[in-house]
Amino acid sequence: MQRYDFELIASWIPERSRVLDLGCGDGVLLAGLAATHGVKGYGIEIDDANLLASVKNGINVVQSDIEEGLASFGDGAFDFVILSQTLQAMRDAERVLNEMLRVGREGIVTFPNFGYWRHRLDILQGHMPVSKTLPHDWWNTPNIHLCTVKDFESLCAKVGAEILDERVIHDGKTVRVLPNLRGSLGVFRFRRR
Amino acid sequence: MNDTASRSVGAVAPQRAGFLEPLILKAGKTLASYELVYETYGTLNAARSNAVLVCHALSGSHHVAGYYADDPRKVGWWDNLVGPGKPIDTERFFVIGVNNIGGCHGSTGPGSIDRATGQPYGASFPVVTVEDWVVSQARLMDRLGIERLAAAVGGSLGAMQAMQWTLSFPDRIAHALVIAAAPRLSTQNIAFNDVARQAIVSDPDFHGGNFYAHKAIPARGLKLARMLGHITYLSEDLLMEKFGRVLKRDEYGFNYEVEFEIESYLRYQGDKFAQVFDANTYLLMTKALDYFDPANETGGNLARALSLAKAGFFVASFKSDWRFPPERSREIVKALVASNRDVSYAEIDAPHGHDAFLLDNPHYHQLVAAYMDRVAMEVGAGRRATPLALAAGELEEMRGYAGRGEPREGA
Repeated sequence: MQRYDFELIASWIPERSRVLDLGCGDGVLLAGLAATHGVKGYGIEIDDANLLASVKNGINVVQSDIEEGLASFGDGAFDFVILSQTLQAMRDAERVLNEMLRVGREGIVTFPNFGYWRHRLDILQGHMPVSKTLPHDWWNTPNIHLCTVKDFESLCAKVGAEILDERVIHDGKTVRVLPNLRGSLGVFRFRRR
Repeated sequence: MNDTASRSVGAVAPQRAGFLEPLILKAGKTLASYELVYETYGTLNAARSNAVLVCHALSGSHHVAGYYADDPRKVGWWDNLVGPGKPIDTERFFVIGVNNIGGCHGSTGPGSIDRATGQPYGASFPVVTVEDWVVSQARLMDRLGIERLAAAVGGSLGAMQAMQWTLSFPDRIAHALVIAAAPRLSTQNIAFNDVARQAIVSDPDFHGGNFYAHKAIPARGLKLARMLGHITYLSEDLLMEKFGRVLKRDEYGFNYEVEFEIESYLRYQGDKFAQVFDANTYLLMTKALDYFDPANETGGNLARALSLAKAGFFVASFKSDWRFPPERSREIVKALVASNRDVSYAEIDAPHGHDAFLLDNPHYHQLVAAYMDRVAMEVGAGRRATPLALAAGELEEMRGYAGRGEPREGA
C-alpha cells in the first residue's frame, strides 16, 4: 500500500536513525525505512495477523498494547517515535503523547483530520462521518478520540511539545489553503520544548 | 502447519559422540570424559551455515523429529515443528537434537557407568548447569564441523539454553528462538521444583541417589514429582475443560480411592514417567532450572547481561502459561530492547498452558516459520518451497533441483 504519510515521514528521518513505530501494522514503514535509510528500530503491534506480517517483512516487532508497551522503553531511547494513524484509537491520547516525548527525541503523529470538509458535511447532514481516512461506521470504529488539526495543535501545546513541522494532506498532496477544512490527514512532527 | 506438503523426516537413528577432553563444570567439578547422543535431520550445506540446534527441556531428549524404524510409534518430541516443509524446514536446515549431559536418554548421566569406579555415578554425578550444557553442545558442533549456528531453538529449559548460547558463544550463533522461557526462575518456580525434589529424595527407594546398586527405582517419588510438574505445565482452564469434575464411577465413594478423572489421569502420567525417567536426572534438571540466571553475573541487570549477545532473537510466550507467564518473556524482551538487540516478540493466544510450546497452533507455527524464513535468507539456507501454491509434481521437481546443489555432509 502506497501511503503518502509514509513518504513524508521517510523524508524527515535521517539515515541510521533509531525509530520506534507504534502500531506498526504489517511493518512496511519500518521495513522501507530500514531498506532506504538504514534505520534500526522496533515496531509495536497488538494484532496477531499484523504481527505475523511484520515478522514476514523482516522487522523487529514486539507484540504489545501501545499504551502498556511504551513503558518498556527507556528515556530518549529513540531518535524518532512514530504513531501513524493510531492516536485516535488510544484510550489516553495525552499520556501516549507524553510517553512518545519521553522515549523519543522527536515524535511523528499522523491522524485522520476530523475537520475535513466532508466529515463536517456528514455531521451537518446528521450522520457520523465515513470516509477514506475514517472508513468505519460509528458502531464498529476503533477510533474513540477523533480530533481536528487545530485540536491536535492544542494538545501539543498542553503537553509541551514544540511542533517542528505540520502538514495536512489530501490525496497525496499537501493542502496549503484552509488545511483544516480541505485536508483529510494531519501529519505532525514535534519534540519536547 | 498441517499443509499437505509437510512430512515427517522419516526413520531416524541416534548417533553417539565421545569426548575425552574434560569438561570443567560451573560447579567447580570436572567431568573427565563424556558421551553425547544426538540425531540430525536434513543436510549440512557446503557453507556449513544452515545448522539449527534444538535444545530439549526437562524431560526431552535428542529424539526431536521422525521415528525409529524398529519403533514407529516413538515419534520425536517436536515432530510437529521439525521436518520437510515444517516451520523448521529440514529441506533447508541441518537440524541437530542432542541429549544433554546428566540426561537419561543415552548421554552421560547419573545412570551411566563411572569409568573411575566401574559403578553407576548415582549421587556422585556432578550438578550440571545450562552453561555447562552449552559448552558441551558447542563441542559437539565442533565435531560436526559447524563453526556458527544459524539458530538455536528451544522451549522452557531448552529456551534457556538457546539464550545461553548467545551469551557463551556470541560469535557462534546467528539467531535464538526463545519460546515459553523465563530469564530466571521465580520463587514459586523454585518452590515447585523443590517439592518435586523432596518427593524423590524422601522415597526410601532413592537410597541417597545410589538406587542403581540396590536394584531399586524411587518410582513413588518420581511419580509424585511428575504429577506435580504436570499440573504446572497445563492451564487451569484446560484441566477444567478436559476433566472437569468427572468421576470414574457414578457417585462419590466417600473414601480415598481414585475418584475424579483428573486423579486417574495424573497418576497414570506419573506412573508412565517413573518407568522411563531417571530420578537423579530429574533432580539435576530441576537444579539446572533453578540456577539459570544470566543477570546474576551483572548484579541483576538483565539488559547488561544480554548486551553480550550478538544474535537476533525471536521470543514467544503463551497467554495461558502460568509456569513461565508472558510477563517473564517480556522481561527478556525489555532487556534485549534496552541493550539494542534485534528482537521480535509474540504473545500467543493458546489455551494449553506451558505445554503449548510443544503443541500444534497454526499462528505459533506460522510465526516460527516466518522467522526461520528470515534466518534462512540471512544464512543462505535456501528458499522455502511454497507448498500450497504448487502442484505436487512441481514440488518434487523443485526439491530434486534444490537437492542437486547441496553435497551431503551431515555427520
